[in-house]
Amino acid sequence: MDLMPSLYAAALRMTRNPSDAEDLVQETYLRAYRGFGSFQEGTNLKAWLYRILTNTYINSYRAKKRRPDETELDEVEDLYLYRRIGGLEAALAGRSAEDELLERFTDAEVKEAVESLPENFRLAVLLADVEGFSYKEIAEILDIPIGTVMSRLHRGRKALQKRLYEFAVERNLAPSQS
Amino acid sequence: MSDCEDALHELYSFLDGELTEERRLRIRRHLDDCQPCAEPYDFEAELREVVRRKCQEQVPEHLVAKVRKALESESHRL
Repeated sequence: MDLMPSLYAAALRMTRNPSDAEDLVQETYLRAYRGFGSFQEGTNLKAWLYRILTNTYINSYRAKKRRPDETELDEVEDLYLYRRIGGLEAALAGRSAEDELLERFTDAEVKEAVESLPENFRLAVLLADVEGFSYKEIAEILDIPIGTVMSRLHRGRKALQKRLYEFAVERNLAPSQS
Repeated sequence: MSDCEDALHELYSFLDGELTEERRLRIRRHLDDCQPCAEPYDFEAELREVVRRKCQEQVPEHLVAKVRKALESESHRL
């Protein structure tokens, strides 16, 4: 049960709904219990559980309509957020200002920014940036090639930064750029 | 590519811990000497940490109880 907080958090980001997230976590534990014989001792228990969580989500909970996910994100430049608030803040008020600015995002804003990502990108970003899995582990959890993991992370992270920047502008934490 | 271009190109691989030890050290040394490259690295590392921390959740107590109960009845069933 030690992993339940992170599984529950991931389930919430996936389903975006507390009641579905609870069902997803419970289903994950049941499937893990039934399938424990297939878990190989000495391999990564956390990655194994996340594979069950992700498969259960994909098979049972995600929106029925399949969308052409890969084309859904705008092209966004690299270092999107840094170029808008990083250098600016550092120039104005010294090196720690950008950290403070990042701290001003509320939990709800960060969660919403992650949840705003199209599913394929959301899963990759969640597994890498929140859960700390390696590219190889993510490739195994999602059953996709490592190159696809990297491109989803690359585009997903940029889209996440764009959403965070929108929050920063809405709340006057950062100037808007026209 | 210049050292700066290399460093920015490999920013995420570095932060993701996906570089070989040799590449990692090479970039580390470059960042020690190059403030314009070190700044986006620090920013991205801090952002990663903020996202990770702010996405944590408290598990509802009733969920722990519910899962425990489901596993118990499963063990009786088998």
